[in-house]
Amino acid sequence: MRSTRLSVLLSYLLLGGMAMLFVVPLLMMFIGSLKPDQNILVEAGSLAAFLPSDVSLQNYADVFRRSDFPRYLFNSLFITGCIVICGLLVNSMAAYAFARLQWRGRDLLFNLVLALMVLPFEAIAIPLFYGASILGLRDSYTVQIVPFIANAFAVYLFYSFFISMPKELEEAARLDGASTLRIFFSIIMPNAKPVFASVAILTFLTWWGSYLWPMMVTIGPAVRPLPVAIASFFTLPPLYWGDILAFGVMMVSPVLLLFVTFQRWFVRGVASSAIKG
Amino acid sequence: MTRDSRSNEQTATALLMAIPALAGLLLFILLPFATALLLAFTDLRLGSPLLVRFVGFDQFIHLINDPDFVRALFNNLLFAAVVVPLQTALALALALLLNRGLPGTVAFRTLFFMPVVFPMSLVSVIWSLIYAPGPDGMMNAFLEWGSFGLWEPRDFLRDPMLALPGIMLLSIWQGVGFQMVILLAGLQGIPQSLYEAAALDGAGSRQQLIHITLPQLRNPMIFVMLITTILAFRLFDQVQIMTRGGPDNATTTVIYETVQAAFARQQVALASAMTVVFFLFVLAVTWLQRRYTHHEREVS
Repeated sequence: MRSTRLSVLLSYLLLGGMAMLFVVPLLMMFIGSLKPDQNILVEAGSLAAFLPSDVSLQNYADVFRRSDFPRYLFNSLFITGCIVICGLLVNSMAAYAFARLQWRGRDLLFNLVLALMVLPFEAIAIPLFYGASILGLRDSYTVQIVPFIANAFAVYLFYSFFISMPKELEEAARLDGASTLRIFFSIIMPNAKPVFASVAILTFLTWWGSYLWPMMVTIGPAVRPLPVAIASFFTLPPLYWGDILAFGVMMVSPVLLLFVTFQRWFVRGVASSAIKG
Repeated sequence: MTRDSRSNEQTATALLMAIPALAGLLLFILLPFATALLLAFTDLRLGSPLLVRFVGFDQFIHLINDPDFVRALFNNLLFAAVVVPLQTALALALALLLNRGLPGTVAFRTLFFMPVVFPMSLVSVIWSLIYAPGPDGMMNAFLEWGSFGLWEPRDFLRDPMLALPGIMLLSIWQGVGFQMVILLAGLQGIPQSLYEAAALDGAGSRQQLIHITLPQLRNPMIFVMLITTILAFRLFDQVQIMTRGGPDNATTTVIYETVQAAFARQQVALASAMTVVFFLFVLAVTWLQRRYTHHEREVS
C-alpha cells in the first residue's frame, strides 16, 4: 500500500488516541497505588490522577498487613503451574497417539475429542461442583488442578502440529530400534517447541485469570487464588482504594514482566489458537 | 508376524499415551455434561426431602416463564449484539493500522495486547474505580470535559441504563487485543503478490482493502466473531464483581442466574436446565461458524 505523508500522520493520530484509552486505566492503577487513599478519589476526576502525589509504599505495606498476599500468589502460581505442566505432557502424548500411531478406535476417539472442544467450562461447572462437594474435595488444590489438565483444545493444537511434522526423523529412529515413547520424548518433543510454547501460554492465560471455578469451590483463604482474592479484598470493608490498587499492581506485575519479556511468544501463541476450523 | 507384534506394541503404547487425557476428558467434561443433561429433566433440589422425579420439560417451561432468566438471556444477546461488531471492527482497525509497518508498531501492539494478560476480576475492580459516582469519578469527569459540561455525573454501575454498557466497555477494552493479534496474523498471511497484481490493474488502496484484504481475512474474522460471541454468553466475572446482576436485573446473565440457582437456592435441576440452554446457544453459534468458514480443501 502506498503511504502518503497525510495517511501516515492520520495513522499515528489514530494509534496515539487509542493508546491513550489503553494507557489510562493502567496508569491510574500504577500511580494510584503509590498515593494515600484520600488523594485517589479526589484526584480521579482530573489529570492529577496520573501525577504522583505524596508518594509512599504505605498501600503495599497495608496489603501485606490486611491480607495474606504471598499465600494467594503462591496458590495461583502453584495451581496454574501444575495445570500447565501436567497439561503439556498429557495432552501432547494423546495428540501424538492420535496423529502418528495406528490403533483400533483411534478415529472414533479423536472425533469425540474434537466434539468435546465445543463445551465451554460453564456448561459443566454445576455438575462438576456438586461432584466435588459430594467427594468432599471443595477447598483443595486437587479440585482446582486435576479437572483441567486434560484439554480437548490443547490436544487439537498439538495434533495439528504433529500431523504436519516430517516423518523422516521418526522413521530413522524406528529403524535404529527406538521405542515409540523414546521417539516421542527425544525426537518429537525437542522439535515441537513452538507448539509447546503456544499451548503453555494459552493454558496459562486461561487459568491464571480464571474466577468462576475457584469462586465456587474455595471457602477460606487457604487455597484461594489471586483473582478470587482481589475480588474479596475489594468487597471487604472498609474500601481502601490505595490498598486495592497496590494489590492489583502486585498481582499483575509478574505476568506483565513475563509478557514483556516473551512478547513474541505470547502473540504467536494467541495467533495459533485461530488455526481451528 | 513381526508386523502383528509391532502393531500390538503400537496399540499398547498408543493407549498408554492417550489414556490420561481421554480419562480426564471423560471424567471431567463428558460425565459432568451428561449429568447436567440428565438432571435438567428432573426436579432435584438439594435439601428437599421429596424423591427425585423425572419431570420432562418442566424446568425449561419454568425458565421460559421466569422473567429473571428471560432478562438474563436478553442481556447476553444484547451484549453479543453490541460487543461483537464493535470489538471486531475495532480489532480490525487496529490490526490494519499496525500492519502498515510504521515505526513504533511493536510498542503499540504491546500496549493494545497488554490488557489480555490482566485477569478479568482485576479489570473489573480497576474499572469500578473509573466508574466511581460523583463529579470526581474518572469517567464522569471525562464525559463532562468531552461534552463541554453538558454531562451530569451518574452512578454508572447503579444506573439501569448505564450498567450494562459500562460492562460492555471494559470487556471490549480487555478483549480487543486478543482479536487484534489474530487478525494481524491473518493479515500477514495474505500473499503480497495479490496486492502487486491489484496495483498493476490500477486498484487503489481502498479497492485493495475491499477486494483483497477483507475476503482474504474471512476465516480469521469469522473465528474472532465466534469466540467473542461465545464469550458474550459466558459473561460472569464482571457482573459478579461489579453489579451482582443489578440494578433491577439490568446486568444479570445466564451464567450469573445459573450460579445463583445452584448456590443461593440449591436448585440443582433448574441450574442444570440453564446450563443446557446456555450450551444450546454455544452450539448454535459454533455451528454457524463452521458453516460459514471456507475450507481450503473444498476450494482447491
